Amino acid sequence: MKKLAVLIALFGILSMACAGIAAGPGAPSAANPPKPANPDLILATTTSTQDSGLLDVIIPMFEQQTGYKVKTIAVGTGAAMTMGERGEADVLLVHAPDSEVKFVKDGHGINRQLVMHNDFIIVGPAADSAKIKGVKTAKEALQKIAGAKAVFISRGDNSGTEQLEKKIWKLTGIDPANQSWYQQTGQGMGATLNVASDKAAYTISDRATYLATKSRTSLDILVEGDKDLVNIYHVMQVNPQKSAKINADGAKAFVDFMVSKSTQDTVAKFGVDKFGQALFFADAGKDETKLGQ
Amino acid sequence: MDLIWEGISQAFWLLIRGDPEVVRVTLLTLQVSGSATLLSVLIGIPLGTVLALTRFPGRSLAISLVNTGMGLPPVVVGLFVAVMLWRNGPFGFFGIMYSPLAMVIAQVVIAGPLVTGLTTAAIQQLPPMLRLQIEALGASRWQMVLLLMREAKLPLLAALIAGFGGVVSEIGASMMVGGNILGQTRVLTTATAMEVSKGNFGLAMALGIILLVVAYLVNLVFTMAQQRGRPQP
Amino acid sequence: MSEAILRLEDIALRRSGGLVLSDISLELYRDEMLTLLGPNGSGKSTLLHVIGLLRRPNHGTIYFHGQPVPWDGDLLSLRRRMATVFQQPLLLDTTVAGNVALGLRLRGVSNAEAQPRVGSWLDRLGIASLAGRSARQLSGGEAQRVSLARALVIEPEVLLLDEPFKELDTPTREALVEELKGVLQETRTTTVFVTHDRTEALRLSDRVAVLHNGHLLQTGTTEEVFNRPASHEVAAFVGVETILPGRIIAAQDGVATVEVADGRALAVASELPAGMRVLVCIRPEDVTLYADGAAGSTSAQSSARNRFPGRITQVQQRGSLYSILVDCGFPLAALVTKQSLVELNLVPGRQVEASFKATAAHVIQRGS
Repeated sequence: MKKLAVLIALFGILSMACAGIAAGPGAPSAANPPKPANPDLILATTTSTQDSGLLDVIIPMFEQQTGYKVKTIAVGTGAAMTMGERGEADVLLVHAPDSEVKFVKDGHGINRQLVMHNDFIIVGPAADSAKIKGVKTAKEALQKIAGAKAVFISRGDNSGTEQLEKKIWKLTGIDPANQSWYQQTGQGMGATLNVASDKAAYTISDRATYLATKSRTSLDILVEGDKDLVNIYHVMQVNPQKSAKINADGAKAFVDFMVSKSTQDTVAKFGVDKFGQALFFADAGKDETKLGQ
Repeated sequence: MDLIWEGISQAFWLLIRGDPEVVRVTLLTLQVSGSATLLSVLIGIPLGTVLALTRFPGRSLAISLVNTGMGLPPVVVGLFVAVMLWRNGPFGFFGIMYSPLAMVIAQVVIAGPLVTGLTTAAIQQLPPMLRLQIEALGASRWQMVLLLMREAKLPLLAALIAGFGGVVSEIGASMMVGGNILGQTRVLTTATAMEVSKGNFGLAMALGIILLVVAYLVNLVFTMAQQRGRPQP
Repeated sequence: MSEAILRLEDIALRRSGGLVLSDISLELYRDEMLTLLGPNGSGKSTLLHVIGLLRRPNHGTIYFHGQPVPWDGDLLSLRRRMATVFQQPLLLDTTVAGNVALGLRLRGVSNAEAQPRVGSWLDRLGIASLAGRSARQLSGGEAQRVSLARALVIEPEVLLLDEPFKELDTPTREALVEELKGVLQETRTTTVFVTHDRTEALRLSDRVAVLHNGHLLQTGTTEEVFNRPASHEVAAFVGVETILPGRIIAAQDGVATVEVADGRALAVASELPAGMRVLVCIRPEDVTLYADGAAGSTSAQSSARNRFPGRITQVQQRGSLYSILVDCGFPLAALVTKQSLVELNLVPGRQVEASFKATAAHVIQRGS
């Protein structure tokens, strides 16, 4: 019994020690950042945003400049919007413009601002059995894939990427659901690319994730540059009238930060060192309808 | 196969270099799962002992509830705890959603029933007459309970090991209530899942290997303690 | 008899609807060895638990030194004046010495005081060499010795033994019974012993209480209960043997001469030496009765070595046979057919001669 008690005590001490070490070198030592009244800010964003690594760069910048402590919750676009709707997040950084417009119209969001875009690409095996290489539009490419009954892998996780994919299918007039060649992974972009590579199948990916995983997939870029394939990111505050618990000041500070000149410069340069090309185009203040042309 | 080697060598280098992020994530994993296991043991062993030794109306119901709780899917626990802790949830005023504390709570919900159920089983598998024998030798109620617990120390340690193993390896609840926030609530399992979603399979593999090594080392300590207490044949 | 340490009054105990014990009234006197004898399921172990204050009866009162036991009060201090040894050794997962010290440690006895006491009892029960060994590595006999030492080291006012020899093989049991008897007589420990084994009861007890279906059928000295069963049920269980206490006064060629009551001597087949105190058991079907020269029962003129004149004191029907109790200076029971009963005119008061073979007598050793 004594031994057991000693072990339990050891376990406790170990946990506490880990807490001490974990807390120690944690936050970067900022030169006296301001101290907001309510420092906790919940940012709901999409997994693809997190997966690109951009947030790992700009969130510490924001925290240092404003003193807010950001809790970044990376979920699918659908889940991020629902969190906003329920007042469980303060600010959203998402990439599903149609849903966002509706979100604002329904009174869930305010202060929606264009931040940046990157583009989607249609990738597939080099053999290209559906012969889509060089096709000008995404719509045409998907029609050819459907016509050839070539295997197409969809995220199937209600992410921004899937919403864009669905939008294009709608343009084609084809309903791919329940087709044997249309398969859903229910997983993130990286995993989905891996599945597509294994099955020598087509899929739609954001360029950033494709570049990050390119070395271990055997997928080529087959279609790019269509304006339907533009992936546009907006930031917006959750409507503070929804709940007194929403950190409106912090949300506004984050929106302002995202469209500020220094942040936009950082966005425009992100990825150059690693991939030789930038992953995003900084777009604050531009006309959304002119993007990708 | 190449991914496995890449994972092993990356894990090795991450550990050798003492990559600060990996070290922090690893220590947070130990802290969260360690605290959750500790709390589960502090709650589960007394509760399991009471369930094993007392008779009261509704006892069978209580035991069957605990046994069901032993198999709760972590993601269901995570959802349930998240709904409770959300800002607009019943316990939102604590403001602990997306914090290590929230993860500890969710993991206690996972490991608590595990430790309780295994404790009940451990005490009940003792010879039924042992309790009477201990009392007949002049033990007070507390002395009797402590002696029975000491007799069951091997299965009780197994309960502790099972509890720790259950929470250190779960991902659904940690992701849901912790949010996998860099520098705050990112633990080895959620970091692994995130790297998989990014397509960084090598790094994911490395984190997975580190998790295995950590879990193995912790279990090794307890298993050694457990087996030392075992009589030689 | 000396004073009663424990007195049970009208005890009843219920379990899942049925009565396990009912109408039990019993006294336990200082320095005596009382045996609770009964078949399996008779409630004797339960009664022992009640006596040990380990189970609270549903009805009745227990007096400890004349004071009613306070079930809702300080039960522990009373319980600590007793110790129980169960059928299984039930040792804890520690060393032999650690097990034996358990009762003392529970009572807050210091290590310095406990150690010599533990050592002396380990010695006394011949297990001193096992002191440092893990309790999980013992044979059945060794483990039960540890269990006995663990109870005796407490020096309990009352020692309760719940069939402690039941699970041991015969040679181990024989050795342990003898040793325990020696220890108990030496320490004059008041003991309650539960068994279903008549021979063990005969060897170890001063008094016997026979339990059947939760009822106490008869309580009395060992000779009383075995020689004069109060009812059919008692007789059915203890048998209707004649049990005669006596002492071996001479022994030669496998035949011992035992002096029983009134200086009468019996010849019995036994290898025991002279000087031994024994019980001689004679089954009634082995006893032949003669009246006016004619023999009853089956065998006629026999090679019987033992012939005693006596007077019939009781005739009782037992099934198709009749039990005849003859006073030969000591009580002797015989079993005869109805035909013999009529032919020999066996009625109370009639003078007869009783006879049995030396080999028909069974001798139980009681001490020296």
